[in-house]
Amino acid sequence: MSLWRMILTNLRRHRVRTAIGATGIALGVATMLCVVGLLGGAVKMFEQILRNDSQMVVFEKNVSDLFFSNVPVGLVAQLEAQPCVKDAQPVLFAVISAPGRSIITCFGIQASDGRLRRGTWLQGSAAAFTDDADAVVLGERTAGFLNASAGGTVQLGQGTYQVAGVVRMENGFENGGVFMPLAACQKAFRKDGLCSVITVALADGHQLGEVRDWISNNQERFSAMDNDEFSRSYSQFQIIKVTAWVVGGCAFLLGGLSVTNTMILSVFGRIKELAIARVCGFSRGQVARMIFGESLLICAIGTLSGWALSWGGLALLRAIPQLQGYIEPNLGWVEVAGATGLSAVTALLGAMYPAWYAARLNPAQALRFE
Amino acid sequence: MDTMPQVLVKDVWKSFDGGRIEVLKGVTLEVAQGEVVALCGTSGCGKSTLLNVIAGLEEVDRGLVRVAGRDVVDESTRVDLLRQHIGYVFQLHHLMPDLTLAENCLVPVVAAGGQRKQGVARLHELAEATGVRSILGQRVRELSGGERQRGALVRALMNDPELLLCDEPTGALDESNRAKVFDLLLGLVRARGRTMIMATHDAELAGRCDRLVRMRDGRIEGDSR
Repeated sequence: MSLWRMILTNLRRHRVRTAIGATGIALGVATMLCVVGLLGGAVKMFEQILRNDSQMVVFEKNVSDLFFSNVPVGLVAQLEAQPCVKDAQPVLFAVISAPGRSIITCFGIQASDGRLRRGTWLQGSAAAFTDDADAVVLGERTAGFLNASAGGTVQLGQGTYQVAGVVRMENGFENGGVFMPLAACQKAFRKDGLCSVITVALADGHQLGEVRDWISNNQERFSAMDNDEFSRSYSQFQIIKVTAWVVGGCAFLLGGLSVTNTMILSVFGRIKELAIARVCGFSRGQVARMIFGESLLICAIGTLSGWALSWGGLALLRAIPQLQGYIEPNLGWVEVAGATGLSAVTALLGAMYPAWYAARLNPAQALRFE
Repeated sequence: MDTMPQVLVKDVWKSFDGGRIEVLKGVTLEVAQGEVVALCGTSGCGKSTLLNVIAGLEEVDRGLVRVAGRDVVDESTRVDLLRQHIGYVFQLHHLMPDLTLAENCLVPVVAAGGQRKQGVARLHELAEATGVRSILGQRVRELSGGERQRGALVRALMNDPELLLCDEPTGALDESNRAKVFDLLLGLVRARGRTMIMATHDAELAGRCDRLVRMRDGRIEGDSR
């Protein structure tokens, strides 16, 4: 017989109540992990698009979204003239529509951009994608929903384009997007001579700071950041990440209320037992520990169930054909530890009032309680 | 020579409902080590409140309560006394229905942070003495009233208290169980030389105690040996 045995017994004899409390936490954990995982995955996919074998990205200062960043393509040549730069690639991001599909991500790139080489060519070949033609390459999913194939044509925005090939990309945004020659993309979006960002690969033996310094000394309208720094500071990523944690936190708040409710019922349902424990020599601290212990155990059960639920839920989403490529949850130990830590905090906060109430019970009055 | 009383209650006043209901009105009582005291009186005369005050379960408005030489003034003293010096038996057994009898009896050991092995040895000894050894593994809900009350007695004695407080310990039992449980209680207390204060309505049981203290309207009106 131990305090833990008493805790377990009490949870077991009120199985439904325990299950409801644990379910609240499980849903909180699952919601948090799913939301954080999905949005984190989306951020990661976007980061992958920017990286493209490069270490740095150059963009216009003080823009809230890279879609609004305008960088002159002429800057590419200036960058490539620097000894510290091995390669610089302009990328123009845009959103284009097609019949029956209002939003398709469009990547305006040069033929020398390495990203198409990373994909698996299902139709056509990289050689068919040239800078001076109007031929586009479709991601596999785009080709599917536009019912297009290499050699045919597709209508995108105001224009009709030859399909140079179909490529399967690992990244969901790219797999569901369209690659357009930069010049054609600039023309389609009336952004002559402009791109959204320039990705920069460093020459061997050179430091990131050299590119950053050159940009800050010579191009005051633009910023150069290494990829990690960019990911940390880009406001859109910050908003997405904060939103994910806030939504998850709200789910936890509801779970916490469920635990509080469960623990209040647990205390009020055994006022006499708690009084007898006091008469048997339990201190106020021991009574409080018993209540906190019950709450922590409920949360532990809920957390484990939440892990399982989120794992199952994300696996289910990944298995849906329409979402394949778009759902790449990015769950690391930080997210799992964060959810688990929040669960523990919820357990402690949820048990605070019930434990306080139970600890300050007057045993004699409680024994008269009907 | 040790002349310190086991229990000293001096001019104790206790009221409820913000002073509207006065239950103890200047009660003074001394109980020596090894005495068996019956506390008699009509319902509402203050017997249970006096026991609760001695156990530290109720705070007094004024006056002094001293048990085993320690003034019952703060939480840590109360807890310490309940763990080491005081056992309490109620009219109703107040056992936890979902625990086994053995688990119920070990609650004071858990509270005192005692060694499980020693606790179990003591449990078996007391269970043997009270005739509940064979039902230790049963859940309380499966036991009869007499068995439950004997279990409550074992629980009260688990930490070998010097003072046993009993509030109508046989009040909820039938005729045959009443005599059996009281015989058992008295036998255990006398065999161990412990002190007992028992609130009771039963004149026959009270007559078997060393001393009879009569209460009326919150005061002690008679004390005979």
